[in-house]
Amino acid sequence: MEKSEKPLITEDGLRTDGRGPRDLRPVKIEVGVVKNADGSAYIEHGKNKILAAVYGPSEVHPRHFALQDRALLRCKYHMAPFSVQDRKSPAPSRREIELSKVIREALEPSLFLEYYPRTSIDIFIEVLQADGGTRCASITAASIALADAGIPMRDMVVACAAGKVDGHIVLDLNDIEDKNGEADMPLAMMPNKGLITLLQMDGLVTQEEFKQMLELAMEGCNLIYQIQKKALKSTFIKTVEEV
Amino acid sequence: MVLFFENRELVTPGDLLAKGDYLAGENVFRINDEIYATRIGLVEYSNKKVSVVALKSFYVPSVNDIVIGKVVEVGTRGWMVEINSPFLALLRASDAFTKPFNPKNDELTSILDVGDVIIAKIIAYDRTRDPLLTIREHGLGKVKSGQIVVITPTKIPRVIGRKGSMISMIKNETGCNITIGQNGVILVRGKNPVMEGIVVRAIKMIEKEAHTTGLTDRVTDMIRREKMELKRNGKI
Repeated sequence: MEKSEKPLITEDGLRTDGRGPRDLRPVKIEVGVVKNADGSAYIEHGKNKILAAVYGPSEVHPRHFALQDRALLRCKYHMAPFSVQDRKSPAPSRREIELSKVIREALEPSLFLEYYPRTSIDIFIEVLQADGGTRCASITAASIALADAGIPMRDMVVACAAGKVDGHIVLDLNDIEDKNGEADMPLAMMPNKGLITLLQMDGLVTQEEFKQMLELAMEGCNLIYQIQKKALKSTFIKTVEEV
Repeated sequence: MVLFFENRELVTPGDLLAKGDYLAGENVFRINDEIYATRIGLVEYSNKKVSVVALKSFYVPSVNDIVIGKVVEVGTRGWMVEINSPFLALLRASDAFTKPFNPKNDELTSILDVGDVIIAKIIAYDRTRDPLLTIREHGLGKVKSGQIVVITPTKIPRVIGRKGSMISMIKNETGCNITIGQNGVILVRGKNPVMEGIVVRAIKMIEKEAHTTGLTDRVTDMIRREKMELKRNGKI
């Protein structure tokens, strides 16, 4: 990606896609889209389009992977070859393997894995279109898919990024801002207790800026949490009101 | 002592349901004196107990449950049975043979083969071992005819109804024999496949509208309507 010629933040404080520094991209969530899965969700977070499906708990295959004291949580994050500008090889890349692990570890604290020993819960995340911040959107979608599968949870998990672009602290970076900005910090949390399950950062910021970013990202998470909750409820309310 | 929702309000995992001196019921967990939901469902406050009636769940085996399952594997000493739960269940050969079982002479497949559907009872289960089944009781054993409906296990109580009101109504109206597996699998056996079809549709309707009131009356109406329709077409 070549450096963009336009400034990332204009003089009147607007970003490349016309947002203010503290604005979220539009988020749209659908629940129960994959019929064969036990639970599923589809999220559109700005230009990101991501599908998450959950299977389980069920017997572990291959058998020797089973854990005797808790359920095995497996997560596969995959980007479709057409999800980015240049075709991505469909084989799992280094980055995808790392993201699979990071997403799994962000979701793990929300589940009661010790309730279902010797079983596995499998999460499949397919990125259909990517525009920066896919790991955050994936975590948000996967958490809804887990709830939709009827798997008991301590709390939902939501994720949102904050970062520094052209010297400004901004919320929810898109692809251009992520690549050309100074810092990007994805954060996942369980909103009811305010527990952080994922915190990563690349780039350089001062301690003061980091605090601002953390606060902003948590604010963003709470906004997405409301959307997440509404989406989850609306699918079930529909069945209540159909009568 | 504070409640944060109305009775029978829709809640999502992580919602704080109550604070204070309450008991934690189903699908909730507590941290100190706060009770949170763990599944999406309708919250229920009764006396001091807080619980959530889950809208979606999976079957966790429990001793003495009647389940309906499918044989997926024939081993040397027994069968593995898929019972719509996270674990495969085991049915021992010695349980199915009337005479002492001898792996040399007795052919397991002469009794049950892969793909056979059985009604069984869970006689042993804890989280460290797979559930153990028996078919040595009245009404259990291989299923020879009928239709199968699979619904979310949490909605089984609704299909049975208060003191069996719903299920006995369906039986009376259609003359079909209905066996309910606690694992969400229901077997419908009737004289006539058309009648079985009506029962299947009625059960699907109960699953969809499980959380509404006056459901028994609506299901009765629906069955009677379908019966009239069939009579007019001369199918029964």
